[in-house]
Amino acid sequence: MRLWISTALFSLCTAGAAMAQPDPANWPAVLAEAKGQTVYWNAWGGDPRINDFIADVGQEALERYGVTLQQVKLASTADAVSRVVAEKAAGIDEGGAVDLIWINGENFAAMQGAGLLFGPFATALPNWPLVDLAGKPAVANDFTLPTGGMESPWAMAQLVFEHDSARVPEPPRDLAALAAFAAANPGRFTYPQPPDYLGTTFLKQVLIGLGADPALLQKPVDDAHYAEVTDPLWAWLDAIHPHLWRSGQAFPANEPELGQLLADAEIDIGFAFNPGRASAAIAAGELADTVRTFVPDGGTIGNASFVAIPYNAAHAAGAMVIADLLLDPAIQARAQDPAVLGFQTVLNVAALSPADKARFDALDLGIATLPPEALGPALLEPHPSWMVRIAEDWVTRYSVAE
Amino acid sequence: MRASRIGAAPLLVLVLLVAPVTAGLVGTLGPAFGLMPGMGHSDLTLEPWRKLGAWPGLWPAVRLSLVTGIGATSLSVLITVLVVASLHGTRAFQQVARGLSPLLSVPHAAAAMGLAFLIAPSGWIARALSPWATGWQVPPDLLTLRDPWGLAMMAGLVVKEVPFLLLMVMAALAQAQGGTRATLAATLGYGHAMGWIKAVLPAIYRQIRLPVMAVLAYSMTSVDVAMILGPVLPPPLSVQVVAWMNHADLGYRLQAAAAAVLQLGLVLAALLGMLLVERGAGWCGCRWAMQGGRGVWLDRPLRLLAIAAAVLVAGSIGLGLLAMFLWSVAQLWPFPALLPQGYTAQVWIGQSGALLQGAGTAVTIGLLATGVATALTIACLQHEAVRGLTGAGRLIWVLYLPLLVPQVAFLPGLQWLTLAAGWHGSITLVAAVHGIFVLPYVFLSLAGPWRSWDGRAALVAASLGAGPAKVLWQVRLPMLLRPVLTAVAVGLAVSFGQYLPTLLTGGGRVSTITTEAVALASGANRRIGGAYGLMQMLLPLMAFGLAHWIPAILFRHRRGMAEAA
Repeated sequence: MRLWISTALFSLCTAGAAMAQPDPANWPAVLAEAKGQTVYWNAWGGDPRINDFIADVGQEALERYGVTLQQVKLASTADAVSRVVAEKAAGIDEGGAVDLIWINGENFAAMQGAGLLFGPFATALPNWPLVDLAGKPAVANDFTLPTGGMESPWAMAQLVFEHDSARVPEPPRDLAALAAFAAANPGRFTYPQPPDYLGTTFLKQVLIGLGADPALLQKPVDDAHYAEVTDPLWAWLDAIHPHLWRSGQAFPANEPELGQLLADAEIDIGFAFNPGRASAAIAAGELADTVRTFVPDGGTIGNASFVAIPYNAAHAAGAMVIADLLLDPAIQARAQDPAVLGFQTVLNVAALSPADKARFDALDLGIATLPPEALGPALLEPHPSWMVRIAEDWVTRYSVAE
Repeated sequence: MRASRIGAAPLLVLVLLVAPVTAGLVGTLGPAFGLMPGMGHSDLTLEPWRKLGAWPGLWPAVRLSLVTGIGATSLSVLITVLVVASLHGTRAFQQVARGLSPLLSVPHAAAAMGLAFLIAPSGWIARALSPWATGWQVPPDLLTLRDPWGLAMMAGLVVKEVPFLLLMVMAALAQAQGGTRATLAATLGYGHAMGWIKAVLPAIYRQIRLPVMAVLAYSMTSVDVAMILGPVLPPPLSVQVVAWMNHADLGYRLQAAAAAVLQLGLVLAALLGMLLVERGAGWCGCRWAMQGGRGVWLDRPLRLLAIAAAVLVAGSIGLGLLAMFLWSVAQLWPFPALLPQGYTAQVWIGQSGALLQGAGTAVTIGLLATGVATALTIACLQHEAVRGLTGAGRLIWVLYLPLLVPQVAFLPGLQWLTLAAGWHGSITLVAAVHGIFVLPYVFLSLAGPWRSWDGRAALVAASLGAGPAKVLWQVRLPMLLRPVLTAVAVGLAVSFGQYLPTLLTGGGRVSTITTEAVALASGANRRIGGAYGLMQMLLPLMAFGLAHWIPAILFRHRRGMAEAA
């Protein structure tokens, strides 16, 4: 026991004596410190294409900056959050195991709220001026919360619907038409089960599509308006649920499962938070080449993916170098290539140097991807409190099948 | 000197299991009552329980956990008894045994994925019948997976647990003179099956009741099988615990902990119920046996039923694995095509580096954990033998602790302990934590055969002047080589399958084939999932293969050893 205590004390003392975290304003010092570091990037590992992309970024980081990038493949971002929480509880305030996390929305709000993040650092990154702050406000507002430089964007996402044009030549363009489609084609539409991320995004999309006041949604939920704003949503869901896949008695768990249902022809219409997903899946031979994407009238919700650095990261300098490298035009163009990821860039392409701009112009969008002008306006994410409350209510209303 | 060193073994096991589990339990009980200092929760409160009670899915989820867990366990035991009772001593039994034992090495998740692809509305059975027999051009809208009653989930558990129980029964049979008892019953005019159930089962059951309890605890707390095959509105309690643990809002961890404590209570209640049923069954069984029904007429129908059940179990896993292999090399494979439109080795080539690296790490960790666990188990059992202790000691209940507490609830507490002690993620640390889960299974597999080893051989050796150590090394271990190697294989399989312990104690620095597989499985990509599932199966399969072949080769000139095996 005494040995145990002394070991714990020793580790606390050595932690306290360790070097202070790097200052992002002094970039040459960051680069110097980063050289030779191994950065552990905790990222969802469910998509081999994303894993390959991260491996490519790692290759680039090693060649350019001497930083080794190691992806820690997670089944859920919460696993990385848990790790940092456990380290904080154990008093490990330096030398933590997580250097970089792929994060956004609720997880960011939770970590930021609990003081688990390092920063601000994002606005000090050399590539930050290339980011399209004016055209893509979501890069600095994560679910309406100002990021304050505590996380750095690396990809834009927008909700797009996918339909198999062989079975549904003319997809429904608004919610009334979608409800009519479901009623006429029982079992051919569904959505991931809230509180799944994509499932709740669908609920928010419906909420906006039914005419909820966008200004109200940008503010935290207030009880006075909650029922009035969400009543149409529940009425719409009550009406459509009996016509859903499995009569609404079961739901797919997440975006990949929804995509698999479309690939298996169990449903005719699906959706994804990536306008390039369908093209990429078709190119990989995983989805029928008759699948096309569309956006309903009025546009769809868009948001950004970020990377953040835990407050106790062992290799914060290397992590910042990776965050900066992710904003590099060559890397961004690579991510937008449908043959690689099909993620939309966070940069202002029009303002790039001609050589960099050419990288984006040269991209082939892919068979099922809409051109940017056809994507329609990217709607702002509502305040996270709406998502929390609506997901909770969904669980209360629908989580016990009749 | 020697004896005292062995005497330390049970104490060591006790500490090795009790310390981490206690830390884990404290790490669970604390948050369940509102204590999570790292997150600023420092007031003792019942709030997490109130929130848990307010969840509308609570009672359906509890009911599901109980019904699927008890249902799957009863069915597994029933099928196992049916197969052994009606087929023992026949050629069909050897074939069934040969067919079912490799299935032990199939990871639960892989078996569930394979089964899912068989019975899904877009699965192989529907494809085989479409469109010519059913007229289905698109998959039917049927709830064959994730049905609200949990039938698919029970099926998934049963196909995995029957091979495990069968292996345990076979290990016990060799030691309990099953053949002699069965012959005696036959000479008294009993039917083949009836004779076995009345004369052999009571002797065997004592040795397999611990494995049955492990099956019950596992079935009630399984997360991976439930996530693939189980209902979702609501899911079984174990899945909901994980969902709350993973919730972005860190406050949900408190009610996750409360739910985990409830889960623990449910498992304990079910085990208690099992003990009561055992008592009742023992009493009724005695009366029933005294009536002396010979049941000869039952032999034919039971034998057919047994063969059908065995074929169904082996067939569904076998076909499921075949489907997984096809997915791993498939290009587009739309409904209702029976086979993919094209084939590609892209997944295997693209993943080969990660697959091999993950496999290498898994083997290293597995050998470390299993090696220590086996040595400790043998030391404990030897201590028991030398001291002349009999029966299942108090140790057994301690052994069960790591299997009873839901992993997701007990591991964060353990993680906190390792972090606070300043042990950073390393292969040794991960292996040590694997050992907590490996040790009980190694002990379970080995204790039965070890204790029922015919002690007269030791008596003979001792009368020839051999001391306890010599008896152990030169008589007992060689005679028990097969059960020892089987226990090692079981231990390796358990270690290979660990996800959460690896991730949490390794801090993401240690990645095995299983951590990669689970991360990739979250993407629901059948092609990658197929490749990893097969690879996950291959490693334990090799271990079981060695456990089978090493004694067969070593003892090829000794008929008596072949019998014992």
